[in-house]
Amino acid sequence: MSEQNDPMAEIRASFFIECEELLEALQDGLQELDDGADDPETINVVFRAVHSIKGGAGAFGLEALVRFAHRYETVLDEVRAGRMTPDSDSMKLFFLAADHVSDLVRACRDEAPIPEATSDELLVRLDALLGDEVEEEEADAADFTPLGFSMSLDLPEIEPELNSFEIRFKPEQEIFATGNEPATLLRNLCGLGTATVRCNTSDLPDLEDLAPEAPYIEWIISLQTEAAEAEVRDIFEFVDGLCVLEITGTKSGDDGDVAPTESIETEVEVEQAIAAPTAIAPVSVPKKPQGTKPASDTEDSGADPESKKAAAPAAKSVVRVDLERIERLVNLVGELVINQAMLSQSLDEAGLSPHSDAMNGLEEFQRLTRDIQDSVMMIRAQPVKSLFQRMSRIVREASAAVEKEVRLVTEGEGTEVDKTVIERLADPLTHMIRNAVDHGLEISEKRLANGKSRAGTVTLMAAHRSGRVIIEVTDDGAGINRERVLEIAVSKGLVPPDVQLTDGEIDNLLFLPGFSTASQVSALSGRGVGMDVVKTSIQSLGGRISISSEAGKGTKFSISLPLTLAVLDGMVVNVAGETLVLPLNVVVETLSLGPDDVQMLRPGAYVVKVRGGFVPLYDLGVMLGYRAQRKTDAGAIVLLISLEDGSRAALIIDGIQDQRQVVIKGLDDSFYRAPGIAAATILGDGQIALILDPADIIAGLGNPRGADIMLSERKIANE
Amino acid sequence: MSDQGQTNDLELLTFRVADQEYSLDIMSVREIRGWTRTTPMPHAPDFMRGVINLRGTVLPVMDLARRLNLPSQETNDRNVIIVVKLQGTLTGLLVDAVSDIVAITEDDLQVPPDISSDPQLSVVRALTVIDDRMIRVLDLRAVVPATSDEAA
Repeated sequence: MSEQNDPMAEIRASFFIECEELLEALQDGLQELDDGADDPETINVVFRAVHSIKGGAGAFGLEALVRFAHRYETVLDEVRAGRMTPDSDSMKLFFLAADHVSDLVRACRDEAPIPEATSDELLVRLDALLGDEVEEEEADAADFTPLGFSMSLDLPEIEPELNSFEIRFKPEQEIFATGNEPATLLRNLCGLGTATVRCNTSDLPDLEDLAPEAPYIEWIISLQTEAAEAEVRDIFEFVDGLCVLEITGTKSGDDGDVAPTESIETEVEVEQAIAAPTAIAPVSVPKKPQGTKPASDTEDSGADPESKKAAAPAAKSVVRVDLERIERLVNLVGELVINQAMLSQSLDEAGLSPHSDAMNGLEEFQRLTRDIQDSVMMIRAQPVKSLFQRMSRIVREASAAVEKEVRLVTEGEGTEVDKTVIERLADPLTHMIRNAVDHGLEISEKRLANGKSRAGTVTLMAAHRSGRVIIEVTDDGAGINRERVLEIAVSKGLVPPDVQLTDGEIDNLLFLPGFSTASQVSALSGRGVGMDVVKTSIQSLGGRISISSEAGKGTKFSISLPLTLAVLDGMVVNVAGETLVLPLNVVVETLSLGPDDVQMLRPGAYVVKVRGGFVPLYDLGVMLGYRAQRKTDAGAIVLLISLEDGSRAALIIDGIQDQRQVVIKGLDDSFYRAPGIAAATILGDGQIALILDPADIIAGLGNPRGADIMLSERKIANE
Repeated sequence: MSDQGQTNDLELLTFRVADQEYSLDIMSVREIRGWTRTTPMPHAPDFMRGVINLRGTVLPVMDLARRLNLPSQETNDRNVIIVVKLQGTLTGLLVDAVSDIVAITEDDLQVPPDISSDPQLSVVRALTVIDDRMIRVLDLRAVVPATSDEAA
C-alpha cells in the first residue's frame, strides 16, 4: 500500500487480492471434487481459477507462477475434457499443487525466493499423470524461452499429430465494450501452433460512414496445431457470444513441414493482420515491436482477468475497501460512543427531567450510535471460511508428515467473525490442528484394532453462541492419556507428586507453560511451544480455551471469543472504590445477600443459596486484591453470572452504576496480562475502568491450584 | 532541538524523584502530563500505579520512586507523569516534578562506579554534574520491563 502513487503497483496489488479469491475458489472446487462432485461446472471453476491466476501472472511477468500454473492447468484440462478421472492420489496431488500455487502467489507478492524445487517436484508428478502427453508439455514449456524460433524448432522433433482448423472470427460490438482485445486472442491462437491469419476487410465502409465503435473486420485463421478443438475453443472462452465464431477442423497428416523461416513469416503476417485493423479499431491495441516477442507466447493474456470479470455474472456487488479506512471508522465510532457516554453523564448531572427534550434526544442519539456501531462491525466481520481453508492445508501437510490418514470436516464456515480475530486465530488454530493430527489421532493400525475407521477425523466447527463465537477443534482419537500427562507434569515439577487432581484439572495441565506432551519430538510438534502459547494468544483476543476429552473417543478444544473486539454491552459496577465493567451477557440476575444465604463449604470457600441451588460465591474485591476478606457478606449485592459451560457463580460487588455500551480498549501494550482482566474501557468522566472476564477469574480461583497457574502465567508474561 | 552537525550533543530532561535528581534523554520523552488518578491493575507489581486514559488509549503508569526502591511520596497535584516511548510502546513514569532541560555533550557523562549491590545503579546509565549537583541519567530499557508481547 506504500506504493500507492505507482499505478502499476496498485494494479499488481489488486491482482494479488484477486488471486486470494481465486485461490479460495480453487480450494472450494477441489474440495467439492474430492467430496465426489463430478459436474462439469465444478471442474470448470477449478480450471478457470488456475487459468485466471496464470493469465494475471503472465501480465506481470511472474514467470515461475506462470510456468507452474500453466502445466497444472494442462492437467486440469485433461480432467475437464473427461480424458482423465482423478483418483484419490491425483486429488491429493491437485491439492498439493493448489497449495503450491498459493505459495507461489505469496512468494511473488512478497518478492520472496521462489520455491523452485517444490515446483519442479510437483510438476514431475503432475506430468506423470498426463502420461504420454508429457512431451507435449515440455514443448509448451519451451514457449517461455524468449526465442522466436523455439516453437518451430521444437515441433519437428516431437512430430506430433497436427490438426488443421479453419477459424472464422468476427467480433461483434459488445466485444469491445467488455474490454476484450481481438489481437490478444489471435496471438494466443498463434501460440497453439502455426497460424496463418487473413483479415477480411470487405465489410469495412468508407471512412465517412464508419462508426468508430463498431467492428467491421473479420479474421480467417488457418491453424495447424497439436491442440484439440476444445483447446482452440478455450481461447475464445471469454468472448463466447460476443462474436461470430466458426471452427471447422480437419485432421492433417502434414506435420513436419514447418520451417523456421515460415514461422517468422507467419508471425509477421499476424502482426500485420492485427496492425491493419488497429488503425481503425476503436480499442487501442498496443502495437508490439515485431519479432521482439515470439508469437507463440501463449501467456501474453493480460486481458484475461478483465475478460473473466466481464464474463462472470455479477452475483453480488462488492466494494474493496482499504482496511485502514475501516479501522479509522471503527475508531471514530468508538470515540463517538465514549463521547455519548460523557454527554449523557453531564446531562444526568445537570438534573434534567427524564422527559425533557434533551433527554429524549439523547435516547435517540444512543439508538443511532448503536445502529452505526453494529453496521460498522458488520463491515469488519468475515466468514471464517478462509481460515478453515488454510487449516485444511495444515491437515494435509500434517497428516502427510506423520503418515496418518486424516479427514478434515468443517462446520459453520459461514460464521462471521471480526477480521482481526480471524487473522490472529490462524497461528493458535494451526498449532491445535497439528496437535490433533500428531498427538490426538492414533496411527491407522491402532485405530483399526480399536474398531475405528482407518482414517481419523478432525472436525473444525464455528458457531455463534450467546453473543460469542465458539470454535471447536475435535479429533476422534484416543483422548488424553491422563496418567501420562500427570506423570510428565510431576516429572517437570509443574505439580507436586502427591497431588490429587480431577480429570478436568489434569487436562488443563496441558496449558501450563513448559508442558509438552510429545513423548518423542516429531517434525510437527514438540518445538518447545505448547498449548500455553495457544492459550496466551486466545486470551489476548479476549477469548478462552477449554478442553474436554474422553478416553478412546477423542479430544475437544473449545475456543470462545467475543464477537467483536471493539464494543461490549457492559454492566458498570463498583468494587472497593473502583469502577469495573462486566459483560452484560453473563449477568443473569442481581440479588441482595440475606444473613442466612451464605454457607461455608470449607474455610475460604463459600456458597450462596439461590432458589434451592447452591452457587459458589466470590468477593470480587478480594479476588482482585482490592481489599481483604470481610467478616460478613450479609447485605452485600451479588451478581449471579452464568458462563458458557453452563456453570454459575455469584460475585459480590458494592454497587451497580449502570448498564451501557463500552468501547473496548486493549491492554496489549501493558506490561503484563492481569488474570481475569479482559480489557479496559474509558468511562464518561475520562477515567479508565477495567473490563472483567468472569470466567477467567473463576477458572483461576475455582480450583485450588488455579492461583499457581495464574502466577506462572504472570511470570511468563513478565519475563 | 539538537543543533545540526554536533552529534555529540545530548539534551536531558531532569526531574526529581524522592528528592533525588534524575534525568532522561529527551528524545525518548513524548510528553509531560499532570497527575490524574490511575486505575489500579489487580495483581500488578507494586511499582505499577495502574493505567490512565491518554487521549483514548490506555497508558500504563509506573511509580518511578517505587521502581527505584526509593520511599514513595504522597501523590499530589504537583506530581507529573512523563510519557516515554520505548520500542514503540508508551509508558508513563510518575515523578515528583520536572526541573529543567539541559544540554550536555557525551563527554560530560561519567560512568557510574560499579556498586552492584545498589539496586538503583543498575538502571543508572551515567552520571553528570550540572551546577554542582549530581544528576543520574536513567537507562530507560532497564527501567521499563519488556512488554508481555515479547514474552509471548
